[in-house]
Amino acid sequence: MQELSVRNLLGIKDITPQDIQLIFETADNFKDVLNRPIKKVPSLRDITIANVFFENSTRTRLSFELAEKRLSADVINFSSSSSSVKKGETLLDTVNNILAMKVDMIVMRHASPGAPHFLSRHIKANIVNAGDGTHEHPTQALLDAFSIREKYGEVAGKKVVIIGDILHSRVALSNIFALQKLGAEVMVCGPVTLLPKYIKELGVKVETDVRKALAWCDVANVLRIQLERQQMKYFPSLREYTLYYGIDKKMLDSLDKEITIMHPGPINRGVELSSDAADSKQAIILNQVENGVAIRMAVLYLLAAKQ
Amino acid sequence: MQKRLIVNHQLLDIMVLRLCHQLIENHGDFSDSVILGLQPRGRFVAQRIQSTLATILGKQVPTGFLDTTFHRDDFRRRETPLTANATKIDFLVEGKNVVLVDDVLYTGRSVRAALDAMIAYGRPASVELLVLIDRLYTRHLPIEATYVGRQVNSLQSQRVLVEWKDQQADEDNIWLITKTEE
Repeated sequence: MQELSVRNLLGIKDITPQDIQLIFETADNFKDVLNRPIKKVPSLRDITIANVFFENSTRTRLSFELAEKRLSADVINFSSSSSSVKKGETLLDTVNNILAMKVDMIVMRHASPGAPHFLSRHIKANIVNAGDGTHEHPTQALLDAFSIREKYGEVAGKKVVIIGDILHSRVALSNIFALQKLGAEVMVCGPVTLLPKYIKELGVKVETDVRKALAWCDVANVLRIQLERQQMKYFPSLREYTLYYGIDKKMLDSLDKEITIMHPGPINRGVELSSDAADSKQAIILNQVENGVAIRMAVLYLLAAKQ
Repeated sequence: MQKRLIVNHQLLDIMVLRLCHQLIENHGDFSDSVILGLQPRGRFVAQRIQSTLATILGKQVPTGFLDTTFHRDDFRRRETPLTANATKIDFLVEGKNVVLVDDVLYTGRSVRAALDAMIAYGRPASVELLVLIDRLYTRHLPIEATYVGRQVNSLQSQRVLVEWKDQQADEDNIWLITKTEE
């Protein structure tokens, strides 16, 4: 019998390659469950999970909620925009009030990096980080790596380039950690202004020419330009960004191999990815969304055992 | 640890053959019946039943493997999480006569989980249970087998181990194991 080495999923940095493999193997079984006529199992019927979102989310929140319901957990949803946070309540008070209602697990998204780590030092409930600012988004990285594994059989030895707004992306950081732990080669590509100064310290290749990056890789994980996190201008215009870093079908067809296109969503069609590239056979974007539910089911299932 | 042989390989072959003939009495040529082996250990019994039936009937009876991990009622009551096995059912259960197959019937909780898990694949016309070993007086639930290889009286501290050559054992044997103080 295997179990996770952690009781909270705060980031990929904190977990071992064995943990990731265990999550993948468990997700394989849940993916099978999701393809049955009845897509529900009673595993977490005695667990209550609170989805605490201090930031907007569509995909991640829906995916977590569906995963929780597929596992038969009781689910409550909290959104800061319509809560007492607006009245000045602190994060810890808000969460403790939720926990007083006998909640066992917290799935939290917050704009501040380290918010779930802070919370983990003060509460006993299991915490799943659903994204903390520009820091980490562990379940997204797990589902991305799981999708690569599904496509190629394994992640080890694969060349993966992460293209776009690396500076503001929690997906990029979690992906770097996850892919490296699984033995993949990682490159980041984007305008110099959107590449963190010391990114090479993480052991990744750095490229500013998107064509060279695409020629190198097996998989391109294309990120969205996060205008909502940008406090200043990092490039002259979206049009210029698209001109230099946008990926279209013509560019993909010009390569001497068929690479895989991934995107964590939401896509800015016509900016980082053209519609013909996003909707091409090379894109596994919707597979990522499907795998997200299985991965999150696996994470919740394995963490619930650590109560 | 003490091991006592309760069924040797010759007896096990005879037992499986008898169980297959009992199945044929009720299911004929298996045109409306399927076999589901409960993961992990019922799978080997199901495969043996399938191959023996193939010898007698001259046809492959549809046989699948059902994992019940996510339907068990002892999750979070264990030290470590239960590890799931693959479910492999490539036929419809809807309207079929299902024979659930496991190696040992003990508390009945695995079978309860199996009934729960099986419903995800459709509504069977009927469900029967076949086990090699029925441990008497140990049931936690009102569940009994339709076909039994052998009934065994055992203590709660004991366990029954069914060994198969397919699992790198020397011979097909069934043992009663008693834990002893070291």
